[in-house]
Amino acid sequence: MNWEPLFLTFKLALLTTVILIAIGIPLAYWLSNTGSRLKPVLETLVSMPLVLPPTVLGFYFLMAFSPNNSFGSWLDDWLGVKLVFSFSGLVIASVIYSLPFMVHPVQSGLSGIPASLTEASFVMGKSRWETLLKVQLPQIKPALLTGIVLSFAHTVGEFGVVLMIGGNIPGKTKVASIAIYDEVEALNYAAANFYSLVLFAITFCILLAVYLVNGNYLKRFWK
Amino acid sequence: MIKLDIYKQLQAATGTMRLRLDLNIESGQFITLYGASGVGKTSTLRMLSGLMQPDSGQISVGDEIWFDAEKKINLSPQRRKVGYVFQDYALFPHMTVLENLKFAQAKNQKSSSISDLIELMELGQLQNRKPETLSGGQKQRVALARALVQKPKILLLDEPLAALDSAIRHKLQGYLKKVHQEFALTTLLISHDVGEIVKLADYVFQLEDGKILKQGTPETLFIDQKLSGKFKFTGEVLKIQQEEIISIVTVRIHTDVVKVVVQHEEASALKTGDQVLVVSKAFNPLLYKIDT
Repeated sequence: MNWEPLFLTFKLALLTTVILIAIGIPLAYWLSNTGSRLKPVLETLVSMPLVLPPTVLGFYFLMAFSPNNSFGSWLDDWLGVKLVFSFSGLVIASVIYSLPFMVHPVQSGLSGIPASLTEASFVMGKSRWETLLKVQLPQIKPALLTGIVLSFAHTVGEFGVVLMIGGNIPGKTKVASIAIYDEVEALNYAAANFYSLVLFAITFCILLAVYLVNGNYLKRFWK
Repeated sequence: MIKLDIYKQLQAATGTMRLRLDLNIESGQFITLYGASGVGKTSTLRMLSGLMQPDSGQISVGDEIWFDAEKKINLSPQRRKVGYVFQDYALFPHMTVLENLKFAQAKNQKSSSISDLIELMELGQLQNRKPETLSGGQKQRVALARALVQKPKILLLDEPLAALDSAIRHKLQGYLKKVHQEFALTTLLISHDVGEIVKLADYVFQLEDGKILKQGTPETLFIDQKLSGKFKFTGEVLKIQQEEIISIVTVRIHTDVVKVVVQHEEASALKTGDQVLVVSKAFNPLLYKIDT
């Protein structure tokens, strides 16, 4: 059996999740605090991947990053980066595609913390950063876990965006979901079944773990 | 010396309210802000602590300027170094009592002040408990101790005792008085309870509609205007004053406070906190129309 597409899928999901932690939490923090008039616009943009067909996103990525267009050729000329049909392009597309899955839980978690807690921390002389790290984030652990796991799982389940912008290059952009489609087209049902079964089992386990942890089921059995 | 000369337009439930205050507070005083809900008491504390920004005016403490709208000075709450006890206590739920106190420490502060506070507020037994397992009065003590960890010069108390029953309230009033003196604090307390104010405060500002309606010592504000009549009330002894030939007992009846003259022998049978019956027989009660 060829494990490469599966390996690629989880590498992509892991990288995407790490990047989403780095940009999703600050973005959620800003959205939960701001009174800016830009907030609804930004919230809409963050949520767009939930409703748009993945192909639409993929299509515009393809247009934007193509070396035939000004932005794509600028990237190629100045940074030497080709984002179309490459793994780095897949990562960027996945980050945007999974953004709402990280931002939404964290944002609603942060908004749910009583204002007096953060204010108490400010009055004690603690900076915003220290307050976020030591007061706010520890209180939204379930929301953080949900955000991280959903981002990961959603990236694992990606198909349309990957197909549009990544194509089907073995070892570079051929992730498991594409491989399944590929094998079915080639009437190679055994291989398709293998990939499908692995994805099914792993995503089931991940999501089950989240529900167990957030529902405090584990504590009930272990205490 | 705290000088507060501020203006702020607030969005209240009843519409826009203009908060216009000019307060001078001597350091070391125990000040109470008194008044109905929504007259701007909490906003005043928030502006003093830097959590809310006034629209215009100045705030200065000693020779430091904390806020000046014209010179665009606005010290962050982090740099104002005030102790603040919130109405909901604001204890961090994921930390134990001890961790809550430790979090409040400044970076290079020794931990001896924490053990002193634990002793002073009698928190030794509760150190390793999480806030959710504490009673209201215990939470209040932790919140008060936490506000004092950094040894602030100014302590702000936003109705800290409102949600507690009278016995615990009584005890905590004692703690407040103790820490006010021990730490040489300037304390600003928001309270609705006249008995509490008479017991604790040196000076009272009564707010109404964003302005100071009356100010003075609690005695001049609450006690001198009260009249007794041919009635029977139950009340609580707040203060017993020994004079040359008689004693004066201050009694709280619900939210009102009256002074009763008694013999020394009668007074010696009473102590602060006793429940008493206030009866008047010999005089005809007088009625005064209240101007509204």
